[in-house]
Amino acid sequence: MFSLEKISIGVQTALNNSLPAFWALMAQFAIVGVLVISLFAVLGLVLVFMERKVSAYMQIRLGPNRVGYKGTAQTLADTLKLLVKEGLIPDGADKFLFRLAPYVVMISAMLLMAPIPFSRNFQIWDINIGVLYISAISSMAVIGILMAGWSSNNKYSLLGAMRSGAQIVSYELSAGLSVLSIVILSGSLQLSEIIQSQENGWWLFKGHIPAVIAFVIFIIAVTAETNRAPFDLAEAESELTAGFHTEYSGMRFALFFLAEYANIFIVCAIGATLFLGGWMPFHVGSWSAFNQIMDYIPGSIWFFGKTFLLIFVIMWFRWTFPRLRIDQLLNLEWKYLLPIGLINLLLITVMAILGWHF
Amino acid sequence: MGFLKNYIKTVYEAVSSLLKGMKRTGYYFTHHKEIITQSYPDNKDTMILPERFRGEVVMPHTDSNEHRCTGCTACELACPNGTIKIITKFEMTPEGKKKKALDTFVYHLELCTMCNLCIEACPTNAIKMAQNFEHSVYDRSQLTKTLNKEGSKLMEGVE
Amino acid sequence: MLEEIGTSAEGDLIINVGPQHPSTHGVLHLVITLQGETIKKVEPHLGYIHRSIEKMCESLSYRQFIYVTSRMDYLSSHINNLGCALAVEKGLQVEVPRRAMVIRVLMSELTRLASHQLWWGAMAMDIGALTPFFHAFREREMINDIMEETCGARLTMNYMVPGGVMFDLHPDFQKKVKEFIAHFKGKIDEYDELLTGNVIFRERTVGVGKISREDAISYGCSGPVARAAGVSCDIRKHAPYDMYSELKFDEILHTDGDCYARYLVRMQEMRQSLNIIEQLIDNIPEGDFQAKTKAVLKLPKGEYYSMVETARGEFGVYIISEGAMTPYRIKFRSPGFSNLSALDHMAKGSKIGDLVAIMGTLDLVIPDIDR
Repeated sequence: MFSLEKISIGVQTALNNSLPAFWALMAQFAIVGVLVISLFAVLGLVLVFMERKVSAYMQIRLGPNRVGYKGTAQTLADTLKLLVKEGLIPDGADKFLFRLAPYVVMISAMLLMAPIPFSRNFQIWDINIGVLYISAISSMAVIGILMAGWSSNNKYSLLGAMRSGAQIVSYELSAGLSVLSIVILSGSLQLSEIIQSQENGWWLFKGHIPAVIAFVIFIIAVTAETNRAPFDLAEAESELTAGFHTEYSGMRFALFFLAEYANIFIVCAIGATLFLGGWMPFHVGSWSAFNQIMDYIPGSIWFFGKTFLLIFVIMWFRWTFPRLRIDQLLNLEWKYLLPIGLINLLLITVMAILGWHF
Repeated sequence: MGFLKNYIKTVYEAVSSLLKGMKRTGYYFTHHKEIITQSYPDNKDTMILPERFRGEVVMPHTDSNEHRCTGCTACELACPNGTIKIITKFEMTPEGKKKKALDTFVYHLELCTMCNLCIEACPTNAIKMAQNFEHSVYDRSQLTKTLNKEGSKLMEGVE
Repeated sequence: MLEEIGTSAEGDLIINVGPQHPSTHGVLHLVITLQGETIKKVEPHLGYIHRSIEKMCESLSYRQFIYVTSRMDYLSSHINNLGCALAVEKGLQVEVPRRAMVIRVLMSELTRLASHQLWWGAMAMDIGALTPFFHAFREREMINDIMEETCGARLTMNYMVPGGVMFDLHPDFQKKVKEFIAHFKGKIDEYDELLTGNVIFRERTVGVGKISREDAISYGCSGPVARAAGVSCDIRKHAPYDMYSELKFDEILHTDGDCYARYLVRMQEMRQSLNIIEQLIDNIPEGDFQAKTKAVLKLPKGEYYSMVETARGEFGVYIISEGAMTPYRIKFRSPGFSNLSALDHMAKGSKIGDLVAIMGTLDLVIPDIDR
């Protein structure tokens, strides 16, 4: 049976046996670094292609279908094009911040990779405050976006960055509240334990309606946090041309682009972990035969399947809905999502105390 | 209580309107036979353009290299853009009379707006619109065309 | 003008929207003064696509000048051409055959449908929904195919000529139009599903870009923009040309004058156009498609004015003739120009996102404004 767990443990013991402890750790760092970067590259290619195909089918088009087998190499060709393009820096831009901004966005996305469990015991860093770590790091990306918007010396960029700032700061609250509800139910901040607590059923099903509401709020909030349509006000193509990355070109633009997709993957992975049981197979209470069949599917496939399902939902939003206006966006958060989220949290707390969940 | 009822009602209506739209796009996502785009250069052989489609002006020639243009310049006068320039010459008829005839039919494709006025104006149906629409060339001078073929002459009986 | 651009003395932000901007649909240049996200002033700058069409027409004969008007409001080129043809016919005192009149009305309404479909998609794209654009183009493509078959072109048809139309209908025309009607009746409900009922779309349009009835009149608005504000101004009703006096259709009037009302007016107009086409498609009389006219047209000395209802509003053609082969002076009254003049009034005090929604529902075609 294919399992990422055995591979990781095997590599670890091999390294520990052959190298001194410090160098074994260094070698592990190097392996993890390479894996994360290559995962990002692959994710960028796959998700961009997926988005283009999803949008094409929803828009009754064919989508990319020329480069490679059925167009699968299209994104690779686009990446090559972006790599060889000239990266212009506008006159009057703050050159240091302008160069730095894409890396800040990118690094904050990469840091979020650390506590995500891809499979049983296959996790970079099983930190015991995983959920807190995620909420802390995920709000760092806004610094990079503000940096990019301000340093571009372009009014459209500035407006986009300011919008993005207001948006991410507000929607952090709702995302945090819905994450908290799962923390309350499972009683732990550690992601591996949260997954373990879903062994007999995912929180989406075990938590009754409040968990479903929390899940919906989470999806809306993370769509806003990743600046995706219908909340793509920071880019708002028809209003601000391209918002905060109007002046970026070449590889710097590609980094923003990649970070957007990496962020989508990460928030969907977190959503899958918290609400849909991460790598935990689909189990139904006492049907042991059914549960055993489900166990045959490796955890990593469960994890990626759930994550991509959520990614698809977020893409589905993008290609269906019109964009909100900035004041309506804040209205939605402060008048609807936040009050609903707070009441929902209260309900979940009562439920958890009285033990009403399964 | 009324406020709360309204609040819940707005939320419900909002969500259901959004779901309706998602159902529609979801339908198209799963029904690939609804796709309407064509893979253009691949379907070139099967693509049929309507016969009236106006792509460029051509002058039909018969197998014996005869055309129907008398060089009357009606098309040149009808053209709003100066697209057509007709150069005439004098030919000797068998009876020994001098007669005006077409020497060169110069057609500036780059000026043409496909308005069809020249074809309407032509008294002898010497020119017509062709369906070719791929006109891009690397050199602008290639767009200036001579419509009558080398050595062609007026068809018998066309006045 | 140029030194204004930057930051004004009061500390307001001045932004150039256009001439190259995704939501101006052409080379419109707006200088907007912003306070935060709120618009204080919108100043349209024109002239980027001015081709002096009116002057060009003075050197073209009465047959030739019609094709130029397709290049003004390219989305309703049939109706523009029709307006010119009507003015020339007025001068020539030509009786247009009945068949030609029916064909003209059919083509005008098909053009109106195509134009409204494109508007629907483009406006949705301005507001941020990208999918409706492709759905709208699917239906528009069917109309374009019908046009291509009968008129020989898809956008700039030059099909209307003084005294009738250039060709007879294609034998497949009736069949294709009936197919289209059957197809489009189902799809227009899908349009409603995708956009009309959508809560985000309503939020973005209801109450945005309001204009009162009085203001709409004083700005000279026409077409759906004025009708959404309650001004009854449909030329097809008030000064019927061709067949329109014999047809049954409603003039759509709304009173809100906001973006949503303009949206609804156009959506309902699409249904009305379908209704008109249905009335005519089975009753195309036999006969000539073109009246006999002289090879060289010469209008008697005098002034001639005709107006038609394009998809955007009232299009007027004013010809002064000195009795020569070419007009002495031609003036076009284009609907987009007057509608654009109300933009500042509508957009004042709203957000940048609203400006885009307002421009979308004004349905601006820039070559029509600049000429």
